[in-house]
Amino acid sequence: MALAVRTSKAGFAKWRAWAPLAVLAGLCILVSLFNSNFLTVSNSLRLLNTAAIPLVLSMGATFIILMGSIDLSVEGVIAVTAVTVSLLVANDLTGYDYGLWAVPVAIIAGGLLGLLNGVLHVRLKTPSFMTTLGVGFAGVGIATAMLGGQTVRISDQTFRALSLGRVGGVPMAIWIALAAVIVAYVIQERTRIGRWVYAIGTDETTARQAGIPIERTRILIFSLAGLFYGLGGVLSAAQFGQGHALISQGRLFTTVTAVVVGGTSLSGGVGSVLNSVVGVLIVVVLANGMVLMGVEPYIQQGVQGLLIIVAVALSLDRSRLDVVK
Amino acid sequence: MLPALEMKGISKSFPGVKALDGVSFSAATGEVVGLIGENGAGKSTLLKILNGVYKPDAGSIAIDGRNVEIRSARDAFNKGIAMVFQEQSVISSLTIAENIFLGREEEFLRFGLISKARMNEAAAQELEKVRLKIHPGTLAADLTFSDRQMVEIAKALSLDSRIKRDVTILLDEPTSVLEKKEVAMLFDIVRELKQRASIVFISHRLDEVLEICDRIYIMRDGRVVHETPAANADVHTLHQQMVGRQLQHEYYREEKQAQPSPTIALKVDKLSKAGVFHDVSFDLHEGEVLGIAGVIGSGREALARCLAGYEKVDGGTLHMGGDVVRLATAHDAVGRGIGFVPSERKVEGLITPFTVAENMTLACLSKFTSGGIISGAKESTIAKDWIAKLGIKTPSTKTMVVSLSGGNQQKVVLAKWRIAGVKILILDHPTRGIDVGAKEDVYSLVREMTAQGLAVILLGDTLDEVIGLSSRILVMKDGVVNASFNAPAGGKPAQLEIIQHMM
Repeated sequence: MALAVRTSKAGFAKWRAWAPLAVLAGLCILVSLFNSNFLTVSNSLRLLNTAAIPLVLSMGATFIILMGSIDLSVEGVIAVTAVTVSLLVANDLTGYDYGLWAVPVAIIAGGLLGLLNGVLHVRLKTPSFMTTLGVGFAGVGIATAMLGGQTVRISDQTFRALSLGRVGGVPMAIWIALAAVIVAYVIQERTRIGRWVYAIGTDETTARQAGIPIERTRILIFSLAGLFYGLGGVLSAAQFGQGHALISQGRLFTTVTAVVVGGTSLSGGVGSVLNSVVGVLIVVVLANGMVLMGVEPYIQQGVQGLLIIVAVALSLDRSRLDVVK
Repeated sequence: MLPALEMKGISKSFPGVKALDGVSFSAATGEVVGLIGENGAGKSTLLKILNGVYKPDAGSIAIDGRNVEIRSARDAFNKGIAMVFQEQSVISSLTIAENIFLGREEEFLRFGLISKARMNEAAAQELEKVRLKIHPGTLAADLTFSDRQMVEIAKALSLDSRIKRDVTILLDEPTSVLEKKEVAMLFDIVRELKQRASIVFISHRLDEVLEICDRIYIMRDGRVVHETPAANADVHTLHQQMVGRQLQHEYYREEKQAQPSPTIALKVDKLSKAGVFHDVSFDLHEGEVLGIAGVIGSGREALARCLAGYEKVDGGTLHMGGDVVRLATAHDAVGRGIGFVPSERKVEGLITPFTVAENMTLACLSKFTSGGIISGAKESTIAKDWIAKLGIKTPSTKTMVVSLSGGNQQKVVLAKWRIAGVKILILDHPTRGIDVGAKEDVYSLVREMTAQGLAVILLGDTLDEVIGLSSRILVMKDGVVNASFNAPAGGKPAQLEIIQHMM
């Protein structure tokens, strides 16, 4: 079954593999006890719609974290790509009107920022934590500069349909997120690079001995993550109908929380993109549930902060963990 | 016929050391070549050259008579040289099949996607060669230590069906984690394989080398000092040629075995850990070497780790000097004067980015600290003292401990506990992967420590070692103490007597 991918069948690891799914189920039951509207079709669709962008983002972030690295550039990349796509489709600032052709351009821009992350991280041997923090910060700066601090409004309705249009009664954003999950899953399970991510995250020395091109893999994975963030940026612009530098605020926290809450280990090698799907749903259900239960907004934020700490604490196999850094 | 692999006049220097000095070596298809020597003799360097990790400063490598250059592990593999590493290199988050073909997934690709079915099928064929009846889709994390070793061997053997020429397989200490039955099976595999391959076998266990090899190279100080057909060799001579000096008659220094004192250093009463061991009771006397024998799964490793505070017990009590003590952490244990020499030296025994001196003083840093500042001078004085006492081969006290050979690293670990002034020392496979000369040094050291009243708990690398070194032996089986033997100097129990209670 889904979450059993690449988890040991022994003792604690087995228990841990199913914990996120149990948490999600428990959360759903709890919220629906408080509010009968929770499990309706319309609220479920609203939930999934909210989950769409975090899902796309978490796919990229999962590979990075599986590799034992971290990517803090999410918000910067989204800002750049959202602004890029907004300026290329019909809008109120530039005269361009490239329609859906702007989408691949923006996604590739995301990939290039990821490539920059990877190249700096590998070539300068700087920790991914620092490199991506810098690139992400620069990204927000670039996006601000592109617009001179303004907001650009999108008038291209075909483009906006990427998020708002419906197919079979389901918002397009959900279909796109689903496609992103499938692509990520296939990469994880059926490609060499997907396998090498696990090998590097588990034991880099051994991976090197096996002849795996470590540096190239790292750069490729950071680029891949950038592509996913790029798609996230496109969806953000389509959803809000505008582009500005702060469009991505809060996305980094949600993304990393979702990946970790889903059970992917920050130390690398353990986890799966499917875990992150569950993680995203936990985060979204919790947020939605708190709204339905009428919890004060500032308390909501506190609860989310607590969630990530609890998740990290639970995800570690303490019997094997002697050193905490 | 040309040898499959031939190295001529290979030299390699590192700053301050000449690791290899004009080494010539060959292996032909159909033979198993033994390579023995003390740690630091140059075996590892030689292997690393064959595996493309180092480039030789001088000399040539020929495969089937053609000179080649080996650039990387991958390159070595493509040229028909596969290596089974001493340190296990199986990746736990990947399946068996994924491990076997790691880095060589091309043959299973179709439109960029890996066919798991075909990969598993191919892996199953390789597993058959090592007679491992486990589904290739099993995660490596779920394998036992010895099964992982077999997977590693299968990985090397996969070369055999993929390269046109006869292959060379380098086995670096492949038996150190295997049980006797598995060693026998490995040897069957090797004998079968040598029809189509040349095999280089590196081991510290000379009896195994004699059993499986056709020809033996003996290395010392970066040179090949002898080369002999195995048929003409015996353990005693090999031993002498390796260390280059006359061995003392008594390998385990039995004549120095101390008479244990009646004083009890540690009283273990009905100690239990759920599912691992239960109701273990014994008294450990000062000056005693208490050996614990048992196969993998007997619970002896866990017991040792519990006594060192590395793992927690579920029941039972420990008494030291009349007090009931709890050893919840290693810190508790060290505080009570219990030192632990773990089998995973590099992981648990040493802080690898530290120098020799820093490692030695780690367990009792307060002795060298005044006003919160560590005295480098005091530290280096005591380190020099122990380097001399234990004959540790290191250029200086400031040398990084990783650059030392295994035997010398182990001596640093022992020095650390001696400096800390422990009363009880738990030795978990203290001679695993170290050479004969260093082993003897460790044995001498154990004798010297017990003569001073230290109590030692020993989980030996071999049963022979347990018998030779211990004054009393507990045999564990399935988590309980099954038998106990006295082993005074001159009155040692026979291996067979003990094995009966182990199996």
